[in-house]
Amino acid sequence: MYTKDGENYFIVDAHIALWDARPENQRNIHGKQFIDCFYDYHRNLSPAEQLWTYEEYLYQGGQRLMKDIFEDGYVDHAIFQPAYLGEFYKNGFGQIEESYALAAAHPTQLTYNHCFDPRNGEAGLDQLRADHERMNFKGVKLYTAEWNGDSRGYKLSDPWTYRYFEECRKLGVKNIHVHKGPTIRPLDRDAFDVSDVDHAATDFTDLNFVVEHVGLPRLEDFCWIATQEPNVHGGLAVAMPFMHTRPRYFAQIIGELIYWIGEDRIQFSSDYALWTPRWLIEAFVDFQIPEDMTEYAPLTIDQKKKILGLNAAKMYDIPVPEALRLPDAEETATGPRQPDRADLAGV
Amino acid sequence: MTDVQTLPAPRAVLLECEDVRHALHAVQDPELDEPITDLGFVRSIDVTRGVGGLVVSVHLRLPTSFCSPNFAYLMASDSKDAIAAMEGVEKVVVELDDHHDSDLINAGLAADAGYRGTFRHEAEDSLDELRWTFRKKAHTAAMERCLTELLRADRDLAETDVGGIRLADLSAGRSKTALLRRRETLGLPTHPNAVVLVDHEGHTYAPEAVSMALRRARSTRISIDGNAHFCRGLLRTRYAGSEADQSVRPEGAEPTSHHTLLPVAVKEIHP
Repeated sequence: MYTKDGENYFIVDAHIALWDARPENQRNIHGKQFIDCFYDYHRNLSPAEQLWTYEEYLYQGGQRLMKDIFEDGYVDHAIFQPAYLGEFYKNGFGQIEESYALAAAHPTQLTYNHCFDPRNGEAGLDQLRADHERMNFKGVKLYTAEWNGDSRGYKLSDPWTYRYFEECRKLGVKNIHVHKGPTIRPLDRDAFDVSDVDHAATDFTDLNFVVEHVGLPRLEDFCWIATQEPNVHGGLAVAMPFMHTRPRYFAQIIGELIYWIGEDRIQFSSDYALWTPRWLIEAFVDFQIPEDMTEYAPLTIDQKKKILGLNAAKMYDIPVPEALRLPDAEETATGPRQPDRADLAGV
Repeated sequence: MTDVQTLPAPRAVLLECEDVRHALHAVQDPELDEPITDLGFVRSIDVTRGVGGLVVSVHLRLPTSFCSPNFAYLMASDSKDAIAAMEGVEKVVVELDDHHDSDLINAGLAADAGYRGTFRHEAEDSLDELRWTFRKKAHTAAMERCLTELLRADRDLAETDVGGIRLADLSAGRSKTALLRRRETLGLPTHPNAVVLVDHEGHTYAPEAVSMALRRARSTRISIDGNAHFCRGLLRTRYAGSEADQSVRPEGAEPTSHHTLLPVAVKEIHP
C-alpha cells in the first residue's frame, strides 16, 4: 500500500522476474548480450540514485526480491512472468522453480505465472498439463521472440499456439501475457508486429491478452487492436521508467492509452529486476500530463489507482479492501468496438 | 591487400572518409526514418588504396545486440550498395559489430549473398514490404506533425476541420519540407492545392472520419519519435562517446535527449 496526500493506493506489480544471468548460467554469447541489453535499459532510464552495479544486476535471489518489492517497494501483490530463454541460459533465464517456491511460500503476496513454448508440440502440451497440475497457475507469460532450435520466434496465430490456448481454456489458465520481442519469423515482416495478438484475441474471447510494454515499439498498432478487442490489455513494463528521463514521451504514451483503451485495461509493472517498484510508484502518483499537451486530459487519482493495482487485482481475483475499490469507467470516446476489423490488413 | 607504400597522405584519406560518410547519409534506418549517419550508427570508416582502386571498410553499430536483424541487414546492405556505387571504389567491406546476428549478416554481406542467401529459411521473399510499411508510417507521422503544429498555432481551428487543410496552408519550415519529401516517396501529389490529411494512397477522409484519422496518425508519430530518442539514448549508453556522432533530432526531443552523464560501466564480472 502506498499513501500520499491522504490517498491510499493498492499496488499490484503485474510483471516481475527472478532471473539468473550470471556467467556460469550463460550458455553462449547471447546470454551475455541479453542481460547486457537489459542492463543498458536500466542504465539509460534509471535515476542515478537507483542504479545497480552490473554484478547486482545479474542475480538478485528471493530474499532481495522480497525486500525490493514488498519491504521497500509498497507493493501489495506481485506476479511472476518468467521468460525461459533456454537457448541463451543453461538453467533458463527466469528461474521457474525458484519463483514458484517463493510464490508458494508467500501466497498472499506473490502469484506465479508459468510459460510455455508452442513449438514443443505434443510433448510441450503434456508438460503444460503436468506443470499446471503441480503449480496451478492462472496465467502464462509468452515471449514470442524466444529461440528454439532452428526457430527464432513464433506467432500467437500459429496453429500450434492455438492448440495451447485451447488447453489453457480447459485448464482455467485465462491470463495470457505477451511479450513481443523482436520475432525473427518470418524475417520479411516487422519483427514487432502485434497483429497476431489481434487474431488470437478475436478467436479466444474468453482469455485475457495482456500485451507487455503496451506494444512498444509499436504503440500505435497496439492501441488500434486493443481498441477493437475488449479482452486485450496493456502492461506498462518498460514504459514506466520513461517518466524519469522522458516525461513528455511518457505523458503521450499514457495519454494515448487512456484515449484508445481507457483506464480499466492498463496495468502497472516495474518489470523487476529491470527496475525496482518504489521510485516508479512514487513518481507515477506525482506524475501529471504537461499543461501544454492540451490534447490529453489531466490524469485523475482514480485513474492512477486503477493502473497501479486495481486493474490487475480484478484480473487475478486478488482481494482488495472494500474502501479502495472503484467502479469501471464509461466506454472510451473511440466508440464501440468493431469486431469485423479483426486484423490490421491494409492499415 | 593494402600496399603501405602507396598510402595517400593523411589529408587525402580524411577527405575520402568524408566522401564515404556523405554517401552513407543516403542510408536510412527505415524504422526511425533518419540517416544512419545522424543516428551515430556508423562506427568507423577506413579508406585505403588498393591495386585497382580504393578499399573502403565500414563498421556499423546499433543500440542493442537484439535490434531487429531485418532492419540491421537492410542498413548494412544499403551501406554496402551506397559505397560500391562511388567512383573509384574497388572493394567494400561493411561489418555490423556486436549484434546477435553479426556473424550471419557479415558473412552474407561479404559473399554478396543477398537477403535470402543470408537468412536462408528465415527469409521468405524480400524486405520490400517491410520498407514500404515504414515509409507509410514515416509519411503518417510527418503529416500529423504539420497538422498538430497548425492546431497548436491556431486555437480557432477545430480538430475536425483539419481534413480540408491543403499544402499551401502550411507554413514553410522543417516539418513541411519533411512532409513533402515523404509524399514524394509514396508518389503522392506535392502541389499547393493537395490535401494534407490523406492515407498512403492519397485518399482524403470524410468529415466524420477526420478526427479519428488524426488521432491514429498521432499515435504513429509518438511511437516513431519515442523509439528514435530511446534508440539514440541506448546507443549513447552502450558506446561511450557515440553522442559526438549523433545529430540533433528536434522532433520529440526532451531536455534529457542529449544527456551524456551516464556512468561508465564495464559489463564484465570482476571477481
